[in-house]
Amino acid sequence: MTTSNIGARRLAITARCLAIMIAIPALAGCVQIETPDKPIEINLNINIRQEVVYRLDGDAKKLIEQNSEIF
Amino acid sequence: MTGKHMMRLKMDTPTGLALAAIAATAAVAFAVPSAMAQRDPAYAAARAAGQIGEQPDGYLGFVTAPTPAIRALVQDINIKRKAAYTERAQATGSTVEQFAFTSGCNLIASTKPGEKYMTPGGAWKTRDASPPERDARCP
Repeated sequence: MTTSNIGARRLAITARCLAIMIAIPALAGCVQIETPDKPIEINLNINIRQEVVYRLDGDAKKLIEQNSEIF
Repeated sequence: MTGKHMMRLKMDTPTGLALAAIAATAAVAFAVPSAMAQRDPAYAAARAAGQIGEQPDGYLGFVTAPTPAIRALVQDINIKRKAAYTERAQATGSTVEQFAFTSGCNLIASTKPGEKYMTPGGAWKTRDASPPERDARCP
């Protein structure tokens, strides 16, 4: 009984250690991969709103018409 | 009194017509050079050959590796475009990027079949008879 108990406790500790060792690099990996790309896209979307594009559309058309040599 | 008035009316009508005709001629004379201002032949050729294309940001881009001449030509046009966008952005109370993007929507819409344009995803596509793939914010 005592020997098997010790064996079971050792196993449990090893399993926990293993779980922690696997979990830490996995977490670190997630953070590194996900952060860099996203903020850039969000900024673009905030800077150019659809209503602004609609408001400027007529002026843009006029500009293109009047300067056809560069468009 | 009435006769005098009649005379003036009769005189006015042909004068008015003549003035209108002069104005119309002047309008045509002014409109032709600005609306018909031709693209540089090298620019037109590079466009038609699909070497350069319209980007969603309102500027020209290289579809294939450019020759030094084409690179210089595109840089020159893009500088002139940026100057024009900057001027209109200030006049309309918008940013250069907003005005350039709105122009890009229009420039991609008006590409001719065979010409190249960049999709919102960043891929170069050849314009065909169907509407071009544009940003969802384009009118």
